[in-house]
Amino acid sequence: MGKYKESLKYFVEESKKDFSFAEKNFEQIIKEIRETQKNGLNYIETFDEDYARAQFWELKNKKQGRLFGVPITIKDTACVKGLESKSGSKILSGYKPLFDATAVAKAREEGAIIIAKTTQDEFGFGTFATNTEKIPKNPFDNERSCGGSSGGSAGFTAFTKTYHASIGESTGGSIACPSSFCGVTSLTPTYGLVSRLGLIDYANSLDKFGPLARNIDDASLLLSIISGEDKNDSTNLGKEYVEEEVPIKKIGIAKDFLEKCDDNVKKVFLEKMDSLKQFFKIEEISLPLNVEYALPAYYIIATSEASTNLAKLSGLRYGAQGEPTGKHFDEYFSEIRSKNFTEEAKRRIILGTFARMSGYRDAYYLKALKVRTKLINEFKEAFKKVDLLVNPTMPVIAPRFDEISRLTPLQNYAMDLCTVPANLAGLPHLSSSIGFSSGMPIGLMAIAPHLQEKRLYSFGKVIENE
Amino acid sequence: MVELKINKELVKKVAENARLELTEKELTKFTPELKEVIIDSFNKLDKIETDEEPSFQPIQQTNKLREDKAEKSLTQEEALRNVKEELRENGYIRGPKVL
Repeated sequence: MGKYKESLKYFVEESKKDFSFAEKNFEQIIKEIRETQKNGLNYIETFDEDYARAQFWELKNKKQGRLFGVPITIKDTACVKGLESKSGSKILSGYKPLFDATAVAKAREEGAIIIAKTTQDEFGFGTFATNTEKIPKNPFDNERSCGGSSGGSAGFTAFTKTYHASIGESTGGSIACPSSFCGVTSLTPTYGLVSRLGLIDYANSLDKFGPLARNIDDASLLLSIISGEDKNDSTNLGKEYVEEEVPIKKIGIAKDFLEKCDDNVKKVFLEKMDSLKQFFKIEEISLPLNVEYALPAYYIIATSEASTNLAKLSGLRYGAQGEPTGKHFDEYFSEIRSKNFTEEAKRRIILGTFARMSGYRDAYYLKALKVRTKLINEFKEAFKKVDLLVNPTMPVIAPRFDEISRLTPLQNYAMDLCTVPANLAGLPHLSSSIGFSSGMPIGLMAIAPHLQEKRLYSFGKVIENE
Repeated sequence: MVELKINKELVKKVAENARLELTEKELTKFTPELKEVIIDSFNKLDKIETDEEPSFQPIQQTNKLREDKAEKSLTQEEALRNVKEELRENGYIRGPKVL
């Protein structure tokens, strides 16, 4: 019963009975947002109190919806009607979308209050949410990273004492990584399960929205709401996630990933697996191709797609704008882009442009897409033997900012080792907090076959209760 | 694998293709970093044989087409709402030279 009282379902029920329950929570979250802003914790990118209050008072007489009165934070990369949405980038500063991303609209229809936008690496380019102006600080240790790129969403979810959930976004692990570093629960869905309309692109064949919450029930509830058909998104699968517990018999430990993890992470992970032996048959599974080739294939595909998706940002119709008079368009576009992208965005645009250039395209971009097929097939073979694959979400605990600043780009990219394969293959995954090392949370990642989010939910329930 | 010489000239040329003007400092910093990523990571794919079809998407997708019928879209005023005042002219956007 104690657990139930912490859930959004309980909050919604109580709020419908007595609106002051929702009001108390609402006032509390506003106080907390102000506190994080004052203390420089940097979880919040954009907060407009009037915008939040207007939604709250409009709810009062409605008393309906599965998220009635629930404050939801949204990663900056999602378009929110009337609120600055810039995907953590200066080049989109001032852009106020004229529409809600479908995922945001669906949450609103169920009575959610879109309370604030959360900080992230510019366009999702990063593992530590440091490639941006407002760098979120880990609530467990402010000298450490929240993880990225949905760092603000995870940091605030861990920080807040209120009933709340967040919509994050993942390209190569940007939901799971910060969940792990901040000790919260997240579900990254199958590619195409949640509409991508209104998602400011990083890499269009990889990007997906997904929920971060303080427990599996809340994450599952939010996913069930934001998933589903959207005829305006050509990559949407037209499927809906419906929460349901299904039997899980066999779990495979992805041993190649585990071996690459730090000892403190391995220890906590293996202790947890030991405690789960009573519920599941556990065996080791090898994914030799994924451990070797997923990172390079991912970084080629992701940067290639990013370099084309970001080509449209040229300082004319929205976002950062300069003075074009007397300039040739090449000169004007170069000026705006060079001034407003961070170093990491420039690096990735150059890498992607290179991989698609005449003479290199077949060797890099096309090759990476073929390797991707091989890697997806390796997962499919593994799922013939087990219901789920598990590994630590991140190979390390949240690093300190001074440690991060010493990493080369390649060392930085290597941190995505455990999260990239599932993302590259579009496979749904859960990250759930399973313990601590040196006071910092450690996450367990479970990967399911395409559209088997129910398995993740069922497994997540067991992990949480065990 | 294609013959490859990753130096400042190449990085500069690629950046220009992407409409990025790099400072000398950026060029000096990026060149070895990108070289490391391309040589030590990207080139690993050279070691693996592939006769598979490329996966442009991670999951089977079918083309979704809608009827070719005009639907309501943004008004001109709405389309201009995110353009800064100084660049708006008679309902259009004042842009750079294209010729």
